[in-house]
Amino acid sequence: MRLPERFTLTDAILWTIRIGVLTFVVIGSYLTVSQGLYAQSAWGSFITAGIALGSVYALIALGYTLVYGILFMINFAHGEVFMAGAFTAFFAATALNDIGMLESNLFVSIPAILLTAMVTSLIVAVLLERIAYRPLRRAPRLVPLITAIGASLFLQYTFRGLYGARPRSYPTLEILAGDFVILGMSIPRTRAIVIVAAVLLMVALFWLVERTRTGRSMRAVSEDKDVAAMMGINVDRVIVQTFAIGGVLAGAAGILYTLMFNQVSAHMGFLPGIKAFTAAVLGGIGNIAGAALGGLMLGILEAVGPYLLLAGFGVPSPTQLKDVIAFAVLVLVLVFRPNGILGRQEGT
Amino acid sequence: MQKYMRWSAILVVLMLVIAACQADPGTGGTDGASTPAGESAGTGGGDFECEDEVGCVTYGPGEPIRIGSALVISGPDASLGLDSQYGVQVAIELRGDVAGHEIELDAQDDGCNAEGGTAAARTLTSDPTIVAVIGTSCSSAGVPAAQITSDAGVVMISPSNTAPSLTSEEEHQPFYLRTAHNDTVQGEAMARFVCEELGFTTAATIHDGSPYAEQLQAVFQEQFAELCDGTITGTEAVEPTQTDFNPVLTSLAAGEPEFLYYPIFTAAGALVTQQAREIMPETALAGADGMFSDAFLEAAGDAANGMYLSGPDLEFSGDFYENEFKPAYSEVSGEDAPISVFHAHAFDAANMIFDAIEEVAEVEDDGTIHIGRQALRDALFATSGFEGITGSLTCTETGDCADPSISVSEVVEGAFSRIWP
Repeated sequence: MRLPERFTLTDAILWTIRIGVLTFVVIGSYLTVSQGLYAQSAWGSFITAGIALGSVYALIALGYTLVYGILFMINFAHGEVFMAGAFTAFFAATALNDIGMLESNLFVSIPAILLTAMVTSLIVAVLLERIAYRPLRRAPRLVPLITAIGASLFLQYTFRGLYGARPRSYPTLEILAGDFVILGMSIPRTRAIVIVAAVLLMVALFWLVERTRTGRSMRAVSEDKDVAAMMGINVDRVIVQTFAIGGVLAGAAGILYTLMFNQVSAHMGFLPGIKAFTAAVLGGIGNIAGAALGGLMLGILEAVGPYLLLAGFGVPSPTQLKDVIAFAVLVLVLVFRPNGILGRQEGT
Repeated sequence: MQKYMRWSAILVVLMLVIAACQADPGTGGTDGASTPAGESAGTGGGDFECEDEVGCVTYGPGEPIRIGSALVISGPDASLGLDSQYGVQVAIELRGDVAGHEIELDAQDDGCNAEGGTAAARTLTSDPTIVAVIGTSCSSAGVPAAQITSDAGVVMISPSNTAPSLTSEEEHQPFYLRTAHNDTVQGEAMARFVCEELGFTTAATIHDGSPYAEQLQAVFQEQFAELCDGTITGTEAVEPTQTDFNPVLTSLAAGEPEFLYYPIFTAAGALVTQQAREIMPETALAGADGMFSDAFLEAAGDAANGMYLSGPDLEFSGDFYENEFKPAYSEVSGEDAPISVFHAHAFDAANMIFDAIEEVAEVEDDGTIHIGRQALRDALFATSGFEGITGSLTCTETGDCADPSISVSEVVEGAFSRIWP
């Protein structure tokens, strides 16, 4: 690294932040570990819980990032696309449970539920694009943002009006209870399934974007809409496809989320939506690998951070501060890498 | 790049606005802080002169007496507040006329949070025809609402606020009373149950930062240590809107408690129950009256089986509750059975108000009545030996009127079954 010619005040502040953060992390972790507050199995559990939640964030974040990459707009209603899938699949799951199919024909019923969620989310996402965003394609950028927020509230309160404000519980499956033991570490089955499914979906998305014709047109539109149109790409169709892919991922994320937490309600999409948006920014919005990385990072930070960094200082009930840690990291990342971890760095 | 940062900033602001809007239940709080109480509501009344310190409410002939309610009637905890509201409606139904006037209820939503309580109390106190308020459901809403109603000189009785601070010497508001038990009683009952009945000596607690949950688990901790020398292995605080409790529970599981007590509300309580079953299957789980409802059983599903919940003892003596109250409740609500546990407390609160109105109202020849606000408040605080469904009620100087009896129920195959005492 080349030393700057003049050591300015800004540099001094940045270096103080770097050193301060590093000292805090080292001392905090040292105190926690040296006091032996948590057993090794507890750390394992924090980490797997973080990865599982992080992979759900990542799947939702991919939807934000794909749309941003192509339209340079933030689809604020994406959290509700996620909610719509999970909520509708709840009815499929209870119906299957009532006729006894859920437990007896697992390999039919699980794909059926997953398909319900993905198709519902896909339809909601595509309708959203057609009704709320396409007519505003040429409008100033703030306008689609506002419609997105309107659409988000519209969807939340429509579901709430239709199905009530009570949270509802998915039927539980015996087969999903209990742990898998991998390399001497036990991990709850639901978490393992969530992580594996999320990884498979991300690999599929990567293949789709990098290796197929659809993916190539998406990348082309992302680079320059007008030139892509001149090359004979149907831009509108590519945009619809992007929303559809984001919707399918959100629907799958909805099922994975309810697999872990079992509960659906009309407002369940709001917080994961914001967290996923944060994850997309953290990783570098518009960048697919970045969204995946950002989601995982955010999930792990929330689960492990408070215990590793704060418990050692004797902070009472440290989880209360999980969002403080997660968002402090977001701020730090943006200070040092304004375009996110994997975002294209301009001008430097 | 700069452009992007600008959009992010705008977005963050918008997110905050949305978050704020969601917290507001949308009751539309009129900004009528501390209305000059005592303005004449009706037209009747010739040469009556109000001598009340705070002011009088006047209802002309044929005008209904208006009382307000501030209960949680929307959102995941709606069953708690609706149950109380039905109790008030039954009281109105069965009572008929009070001092020759009908009773009209103005039902507001307390949202089970401080913002909702503030909005509902402002709306009700800005209406000079509201003579008394029944509310709030949640202690978090009760703290600001008690302040606002007391400043305005409107008496308020809560059927289900249980946080000890509301009626403590230091924080009690002069126009606030409650027919619900004080949680010093409920926390002690749960500690006694754990010590004497279950014989556990280690426990962990979770609260959600609300005055109700925080104070209740604190009372439990204190009594648990005192009654059987119990050890608290850990305490955690969570968010009412949180869904992932795995890290919290893993951290508490490290202390290997025999008993986990989380007196929080329906939505979060159900999630904690489900996740605790996976992370600490050996630990006994328990909550309190904030989750004592069918909505909780529905949300928690099978995981709730075997869990202990404390709440007011509903084994009321006398035939009145079974033969008159319950049928009237079903008629008013359209439900087969009461949906939560504070309907009887609300019923008693409403009747206390009606009795006090009859006692202090000055009736004129044409049927016009005048109710002094201070007089009404004093009459309510002087309540002694009032025979209600929940027992014989006598109010203390700080507004505790309950005749508290707490029982513990176990969830057996998706239904509550009373097991103690």
